[in-house]
Amino acid sequence: MAQRYEIRFSGAGGQGLITAGIILAEAAAIIEGKDALQSQSYGPEARGGASKSEVIISDAPIDYPKATIVDACLAMTQEAADKYAKGIKKGGLLLLDADFVKTAPEGDFIIYRLPIMRMAKEDIGREIVANVIALGAVIGMTDVVSKDAGEEAVMRRVPPAFKELNQKAYNLGFEKGKELIN
Amino acid sequence: MAKKSALVQGNQACAQGAIYAGCKFFGGYPITPSTEVAEEMSAMLPKVGGKFIQMEDEIGAIASVIGASLAGAKALTATSGPGFSLKQELIGYACIAEVPCVIINVMRGGPSTGMPTGPGQSDVMQARWGTHGDHAAIALVPQSIQEIFTETVRAFNLAEKYRMPVQVLFDEIVGHMRERIEYPEPGELEVIDREAPTAAPGEYKPYDASKGLVPPLAAFGAGHKFHVTGLNKAEDGFPTTKAELVAAEEVRQIQKVECEEARADIESNEEYMLEDADVVLWAYGSSARSARYAVNELRKEGIKAGLFRPITLWPFPVKRTAELAEQAKAIIVPEMNLGQMIYEVERVAQNKCIIDGVHRVDGDPLNPGQIMDKVKEVI
Repeated sequence: MAQRYEIRFSGAGGQGLITAGIILAEAAAIIEGKDALQSQSYGPEARGGASKSEVIISDAPIDYPKATIVDACLAMTQEAADKYAKGIKKGGLLLLDADFVKTAPEGDFIIYRLPIMRMAKEDIGREIVANVIALGAVIGMTDVVSKDAGEEAVMRRVPPAFKELNQKAYNLGFEKGKELIN
Repeated sequence: MAKKSALVQGNQACAQGAIYAGCKFFGGYPITPSTEVAEEMSAMLPKVGGKFIQMEDEIGAIASVIGASLAGAKALTATSGPGFSLKQELIGYACIAEVPCVIINVMRGGPSTGMPTGPGQSDVMQARWGTHGDHAAIALVPQSIQEIFTETVRAFNLAEKYRMPVQVLFDEIVGHMRERIEYPEPGELEVIDREAPTAAPGEYKPYDASKGLVPPLAAFGAGHKFHVTGLNKAEDGFPTTKAELVAAEEVRQIQKVECEEARADIESNEEYMLEDADVVLWAYGSSARSARYAVNELRKEGIKAGLFRPITLWPFPVKRTAELAEQAKAIIVPEMNLGQMIYEVERVAQNKCIIDGVHRVDGDPLNPGQIMDKVKEVI
């Protein structure tokens, strides 16, 4: 792994992407014992508007807390893609929601598409787990933390009644993510 | 055994540090980006036998904190720029009446409502001179989650030891970001409680400085009767206009923080690669993290850069800043404001080296590239 690996989750406020970032940072920092830092930026709205969450994972202490050159980026909406799918490194990856992002940003990175919201609704039956599917997919595509570490971090965050639902969502995302890159 | 660790937000770590320090009272009024401090305190205080109150406004909040402290509790409030402005009147009261308390300011853009969800560092001069009149100030500026915890503990220690309000300033970035924290065991960090008076209840004088610059403070309701006022007062706490008493009290209240012994106790800095540095980045809070990144990149390019990071911003690190001005070709001050601490650096450096600033007030953090460009432009 490179010394500093940067992941950005972006979408609409309320889609749970800040939570996805927190879970990934927890998998890296608490479960795998690496250095990790999660930050976010959002507008004044409680829901809607574009929001982003960034996670930096490193094998050395992290000084600058924001992304410099993004290794992997997720955009769940067109607004998020337009606003936040920037600064992605050459050869880096950009994962888009296949239904909600019609116009992909241009750049020297590789674009992948998954119908994340649709998968949440149709395959899992709850739109609310879209963030966990997206997290699974990003981990599957990047191997930035192990599959098990990601799963354990998800399980630590969700209430008991929702464990099975989220486990299913995580695993679905992880498999689809792996399929995309292979 | 490994220490207990967790991934937490700066604001949460601040509240956890306050509990570690023995804080038993929080009075506040919620404001972004500081609200999680209040939220966390409201969850934790009842578990340790403390009290949480959301007051009707910001000045009410600091009033409740002063009252709680006079009753003997370690007390905390948290706010951001607009709320910090509203608290200034009673911060001055806590200064002159010498009431220990801790004030957290999670800085956002400003003035006025400004940019509630964006970071800023534009309250650093307000922390020094926000309340009117001559007074001493202590302000601590942590840069990481772990440091927010330890500096909050230290803020309580300094407040209790020097009997005055102590401010902890960090910005939205550090307040809201998450990193791993390793919790100190109970007893691992020093926790200071205020000195109790030895005088009998009938003889107690709340401002009797005959035994030292910081007179012991009795707790209301514990038997000692005394008077507290915002007026200049004599050692018994009652108002006076006697010239020699007024002047002596004002001088003592500043000396208790600014005498050499107190400065040595209160000041805290971190130095990085300064031994041979031609360019010193003088940076605090989250901007210091950008500056450290810049130092590493500049060193790769053969530029001898180093970082001086005050952890105690007030009292100002006069001695070390003056020494660095003698040693370096330039001191660069990156700040998320349009230039505040740079003037203090300039004052102390006395034209011994080039002083320049890097500023940003658009809601984005100062990035290392900006700082590197400035360094290259200056040398």
